[in-house]
Amino acid sequence: MTLATQPTSSSDTIQELTVEELRAKVGTGMEIEDAEEHLLLSMGPQHPSTHGVLRLLLELDGETVINVAPDIGFLHTGVEKTMESKTYTKALVLTDRMDYLSPMSNNLGYIMAIEKLLDVEVTPRAQVIRVILSELARISSHLVWLGTHALDLAAMTVFLYCFREREYILDLFEMVAGQRMMVSYFRPGGLWRDLPEEFVPAVRHFLDFFPGKIADYEALLKKNPIFLRRTKGVGVISAEDAIAWGVTGPSLRGSGLEWDIRKTQPYAGYEQYDFDVPTRTEGDVYARYRCRVDEFWQSMRIIEQALDKLPDGPINIDNPKIVPPSRSQLGQSMEAVIHHFKLWTEGFSVPEGYVYHSVESPRGEFACYLRSDGSPKPARVHFRTPSFVNLASLPNMAKGGFLADLVAIIGSIDIVLGDIDR
Amino acid sequence: MERDQLVVDKVNEAVRDAIEEIKDFRGERTLYIKPNRIKKVCQLLRDEEALQYNFLSDISADDLLPEFPRFAVNYHLYSIPFNHRLRLRVRIEDPDKGPATMAGVWPIATWLETEVWDLMGVRFKGNKGLRRLFLPEDWQGHPLRKDYPLGYEEVQFTFNWEEIGSRKPQPKD
Amino acid sequence: MGIEQKLGDMGVVTYRLEDLVNWGRSNAMWPILFGLACCAIEMMSAQAAHYDLSRFGMELNRPSPRQSDLMIVSGRVSRKMAPVVRRLYGQMPAPKWVIAMGDCASCGGVFNNYAIVQGIDEIVPVDVYVAGCPPRPEALIDGIMSLHEKVRGEKLKDWA
Repeated sequence: MTLATQPTSSSDTIQELTVEELRAKVGTGMEIEDAEEHLLLSMGPQHPSTHGVLRLLLELDGETVINVAPDIGFLHTGVEKTMESKTYTKALVLTDRMDYLSPMSNNLGYIMAIEKLLDVEVTPRAQVIRVILSELARISSHLVWLGTHALDLAAMTVFLYCFREREYILDLFEMVAGQRMMVSYFRPGGLWRDLPEEFVPAVRHFLDFFPGKIADYEALLKKNPIFLRRTKGVGVISAEDAIAWGVTGPSLRGSGLEWDIRKTQPYAGYEQYDFDVPTRTEGDVYARYRCRVDEFWQSMRIIEQALDKLPDGPINIDNPKIVPPSRSQLGQSMEAVIHHFKLWTEGFSVPEGYVYHSVESPRGEFACYLRSDGSPKPARVHFRTPSFVNLASLPNMAKGGFLADLVAIIGSIDIVLGDIDR
Repeated sequence: MERDQLVVDKVNEAVRDAIEEIKDFRGERTLYIKPNRIKKVCQLLRDEEALQYNFLSDISADDLLPEFPRFAVNYHLYSIPFNHRLRLRVRIEDPDKGPATMAGVWPIATWLETEVWDLMGVRFKGNKGLRRLFLPEDWQGHPLRKDYPLGYEEVQFTFNWEEIGSRKPQPKD
Repeated sequence: MGIEQKLGDMGVVTYRLEDLVNWGRSNAMWPILFGLACCAIEMMSAQAAHYDLSRFGMELNRPSPRQSDLMIVSGRVSRKMAPVVRRLYGQMPAPKWVIAMGDCASCGGVFNNYAIVQGIDEIVPVDVYVAGCPPRPEALIDGIMSLHEKVRGEKLKDWA
């Protein structure tokens, strides 16, 4: 081509062609001369924007994505098989490590399935505390989502701001359960131990300063023209496609369908709280972003109502066969020692049968299918994880878009690889 | 519940002897369906106006080893308009001759069935994309089966330190 | 006042080569952006503003292994991922160091089964093991500081 071999120093040779001639020479530049000349790219397991070890096999035509196929399994842990060899309470710690951004919801799904099999109902205080911690986990998970999503779209300050707030929530978790992330705080029959006194004032303090921080993030992103250009109209999926492909959670609510398991099939006392379910109709990345940011406000509403309603009372049900006795009783009562021994060596037995219990995790519908054969170890545990199913809709959203849009779309469906690969 | 009975009536009306057994446990209804009727039943459940089970939550498989038939595949369905959950359970004797694929009914089924094949080994008729998803491509065996060992490594204590240490792989540099 | 006293008239300072090179290497070690699982979130927390890693010169995570010298393996390594880890380790130019962050990278952690490599020292040589599930950011920083001490103690004849 003429232009490529022009020396750049002399200015009169560059201006030799008029604009019309140049346009005629180059054409639109979009004609595909040879359809076989597609670039096959492996957006490999180690990549800054894939939020974990996800491998995407891409077929590109220039910058346009023709086909995308996810290749997963780089984090397969065999959680389901390992849980079959441990008692119910010991297997609880493995559930934390699946969706590691909101371990509380994993715990809750599993524990409520066990309680459904045992046919027990926990005490009101335990239910309220479970709701408070689930909503705090939702906020902290959405903070990580927002931070990493904005980081992918080159807004680095949001990442630092979000992690600063998340540190406060992790301090709250540590106050309650002793562990920052992998809290195994929910136990069959209730909770591990009661709340310390400084928890409720600390949560109230959090609810006071957090709206100002959300205003910080919004100030950086809501009217940011780069962010809007990169997210509006990108990765659109219609509601029918989303239902057919099993999408749940904020990704589905961004496409118009108002389905939240906390409203339709409430668990753990969610029917007592008054909250909205944010829904948008556009179905693009921006709609999903707005759904999740609005969920911050709704979660704070729920936490506030729960704190006002927090009843006194026991946190564990009164069944010594399931709930371990407190340490003080071990020095006084022989039955307590026997129960303690039985629970620690063999575990509690669960009636035979199978149940399926689903909860609303920050990513969508997290469900646990639990089958028991009467022994203290689960016979089969299967987790229906939201990220695994949401990932199947990625080709649907990404085909025809640009490679840079793919990065925004992966961020918006909020996948966690531990959830996908289990 | 009336909806549970409605489902059974509609299925019996449209697809003859598909239901082997009905089980209710902890408020959940499970219909045991014959393997060769499952596809018709699923299409009926999705398309029928009064039922509309348009959301497939999950497909999972069970290995009931001492019992026979050995495998069972569960389909967890949910009707979004009517807010009702249902489980269909299919008992399978031979894992290579599993039920028909549901990919025509709910597209997500391809993905879920691939997971079931990868970990449990149950093939679905008509699903050409059954491949290794979680495990490396050259892996033999299906880990979630009951006769597959957990594959754990024995812990090195002081009394067996040398014995296990000699078997542990070490990098060359 | 400090260093000018030693400079003398010519403005020359003598120093052992080992100490100088080790000082340079330890104060600006660039990690590879390699977060696998839950420990990666704690690594991200360690890099964020609260527990700042950029005071150690490590704020730059290079996505490319060819431009980094430290691999913090944060998270469980599955059998499918093991060849990838080895390949990334091979692509890093010497001098390179490896920190096994967390229990899963050190010894297989909670998961003792068919799918997880029981400790990445089966694949790559490890310099520092950081325990915890996941280790607190402060524990990771302690591990990084131990690595810095180890690097500062390296001898001339051990260099690759």
